[in-house]
Amino acid sequence: MKKSSLAGAVSRRKFLKGAGCLTVAFSMTDTWAAVGEVVANDRLPDSLRRHPRVSAWLEVLADGRVRVFTGKTELGQGIRTAIAQVAAEELDLPMERVELVLADTGRTPDERYTAGSASIESSAMSVRYAAAAARQLLLERAAQKLGRPVAQLQLENGVVSTAGGKKLTLADILDGKQIEDEVRLPITLKPKHTYRLVRKEVPRSDIGRMVRGEQVHIHDLRLPGMVHARVIRPGSYQARLKKLDEAALRQAVPGILKTVVDGNFIGVIAADEYAAIKGQTYLYQHAEWSVPDTLPAGKSLAYHIKELPAKTERVAEKGIIPSGSGAVIKASYFKPYLMHGSIGPSCAIALFEGGNLQIWTHSQGVFPLRDALQKWLKLSAEQVHVTAVPGSGCYGHNGADDVAADAALLAMAYPGKPVRLQWSREEEHAWEPYGSAMLMELEAGLDNAGKISHWKLDLWSDTHSNRPGGDPSKLLPAWHRKEPLTLKTSGFSGGTARNSEPYYTIPNLQIDTHSIAGPLRVSALRSLGAYGNVFAIESFMDELAEKAEKDPMAFRLMHLSDQRAITVLTKLQELLAAQKVSSGEGIGISFARYKNTSAYCAVAAKVAVNAKEGSVQMQQLWAVVDAGEVINLDGLKNQIEGGMIQSASWTLKEEVQFDARHVTSRDWVSYPIVRFSDVPAVAVTVVDRPTEPPLGAGEAAQGPTAAAIVNAVYRACGKRVRHLPVRPDKVAG
Amino acid sequence: MEKTLTLQVNGKKHTVTVDPATPLLYVLRNQLQLNGPKYGCALHQCGSCMVLLNGKANPSCQIPVDAVTTLSITTLEGLIRPDGSLHPVQQAFVDQQAAQCGYCLNGMVISAVSLLQETKKPDDTAIREGMQRVLCRCGSQARVMRAIKQAAQHS
Repeated sequence: MKKSSLAGAVSRRKFLKGAGCLTVAFSMTDTWAAVGEVVANDRLPDSLRRHPRVSAWLEVLADGRVRVFTGKTELGQGIRTAIAQVAAEELDLPMERVELVLADTGRTPDERYTAGSASIESSAMSVRYAAAAARQLLLERAAQKLGRPVAQLQLENGVVSTAGGKKLTLADILDGKQIEDEVRLPITLKPKHTYRLVRKEVPRSDIGRMVRGEQVHIHDLRLPGMVHARVIRPGSYQARLKKLDEAALRQAVPGILKTVVDGNFIGVIAADEYAAIKGQTYLYQHAEWSVPDTLPAGKSLAYHIKELPAKTERVAEKGIIPSGSGAVIKASYFKPYLMHGSIGPSCAIALFEGGNLQIWTHSQGVFPLRDALQKWLKLSAEQVHVTAVPGSGCYGHNGADDVAADAALLAMAYPGKPVRLQWSREEEHAWEPYGSAMLMELEAGLDNAGKISHWKLDLWSDTHSNRPGGDPSKLLPAWHRKEPLTLKTSGFSGGTARNSEPYYTIPNLQIDTHSIAGPLRVSALRSLGAYGNVFAIESFMDELAEKAEKDPMAFRLMHLSDQRAITVLTKLQELLAAQKVSSGEGIGISFARYKNTSAYCAVAAKVAVNAKEGSVQMQQLWAVVDAGEVINLDGLKNQIEGGMIQSASWTLKEEVQFDARHVTSRDWVSYPIVRFSDVPAVAVTVVDRPTEPPLGAGEAAQGPTAAAIVNAVYRACGKRVRHLPVRPDKVAG
Repeated sequence: MEKTLTLQVNGKKHTVTVDPATPLLYVLRNQLQLNGPKYGCALHQCGSCMVLLNGKANPSCQIPVDAVTTLSITTLEGLIRPDGSLHPVQQAFVDQQAAQCGYCLNGMVISAVSLLQETKKPDDTAIREGMQRVLCRCGSQARVMRAIKQAAQHS
């Protein structure tokens, strides 16, 4: 034990205690205490507080490998690797000795939804603390068995050894039992400067499996005796089935095992997938529906949503907003309905056997889905078991929960066989819950020094979350059965207000949300309201900078006080310094701190505009991100790169269209997204802050990218696009 | 109505008894239990279901299985070399971590293999053109381009 470091630890402890808000762990029995690591945290991560037992998070297998449990699921964000990394790090195991079990109602902690960029902050940190506690307990038990003090033991590669050569594997230490102790503070964590895995670009093992065509996605899960199903959706939200001739179907399409008709819910089951498709095609052609006109087609949606009955809520207020007199600047911004648009339409497998229902799903919340299914299907919680299997990405609430509910209904009508249901492209496009349309009306004043004196936002939006959350009325087929459920609006406006308050220092401020029930089905899409809000705020910041005759970067910096925000912007400025801009080109910048509490992200976009045609070619996107402590550097970069490209697609191309009956965006021609010809070069710079807590970053780039592009278009051609998407008719001329 | 057909898939002969109108995609996935080609749209709009037909990338979601009995069909699985090592394009996708959810990976890899067979050292424009048919929702395209450049250097 090095005396000097020990003294250092004690003095740091005193210092931290002096700071008044931090708990310090200091254990003389732990080998790491020698290098003076502390736990500077006075509370356990939320998920760990709800599930405090070590065995809830990890177990030691007979061969000495460690199995880690997370209540989160893999969406393509690489959480599987990041969580395995923190566990392997704390336990000093190689990555291949750690396996991960994703969300499963029968096995893992209930961590509700994989959403809100929260998986690192909650689940990975819970695993880190649980693994650190496990290490401590394993060493203490090994010390008893070996008759040596912990300080004389080495833990490496899953083996505890003494200097004299005595060895115990992790499995030997536990004698086949698991660690049932609860994790309690203080916990000694591994010193960060000794990390071998965390912060590194540890590659994801699932990409290797996918590239070989091994089963990763739910779409590729094949179960013995599995049959194939398809559903036939009504012609619109309000359509009613008038006539369906089941006998004619059986005559026309051989191989149909079962047709399920329950009110307006229709499904077909066949042993052969193509037979199910033929049955589905036949019924789409021959079933008769009454389809009333219910949607506000042909009207300006921005105008329409402002006219709807609204529930108004003041979400932020500071100082006084001047009324009447004085020069104010006003602008109104709009984002349309956006689609999740998974490339693989939603898919689920359900098996009803012996009164129990087993579901395999790419839902982002298996526990809330179980709760909703159980209530809806009148089963007990014990009778429903839901297992997460990765699906096709989109980052949000797409058709995953609905297709699982569809499959559950079909499986209960056809017990004993796993029923695989694959939605069609058209069903996914036309029925998924979209990201809500939003209208943002902004007003601000400038003082004599060119600083913002007041800021006012009025925001119209539908909810940004209709995830099932235990409520069956959120499941699409529940609307279609003979005894239909009516969607209960959640009254949750938190998603709408996300990032509605600017991260800038403004003395007088007022933010009102006006919650409406819009014409289309909506739910959570990556970043919720933050995309629309940051697009509006950061577009408006450029407009105000111009009025104040300031450079957009300088204007932002003069309104920021958080040094970390200033750092990401100044780093972005450095990256742009060498850029040359030709005629018809422009560079725009933007900044936000996601949720105003998570990752900091500054984005720049360089575009070339063809003013005659109104076409916008993206040339490059840059991001500078500060997500606190980085767990997987490449995973973080991948999230920001992909987030920028997805947001660019939303911003430049996307808008869900509908007629009086239903959604008309039903394929990739009527709802285009970016293709390779549209994709710019992307560069991500990470500001690593290993001593800070990790901050959720998966959604941090969505809002800033939109505004950076729109600001770049303005600088390229002088056209300010306030209503998304940036279509050629808004840019031309 | 069903017919017994012989297909050449990944260097082997396979005999299947199916409705001859069945699109190739479903036969590969269900009768042959291959995971590579994925269902995406069945409209030739997204590229998820790409396979190599006589070495060229083609969607498999519409073409009837009895139209391909004389062609050599290669799926993602068939790119793996006999010793179990990866094709340079597959390896480049792993090295560049060119995926998020990975649902589009099949279309990306198959299209890239086809592109590099026609153009040994494609520039950015040629890569974009060669990959234009394949959609990705997670925004992995920038990484896919890096992977294709890596593969082009090593092939």
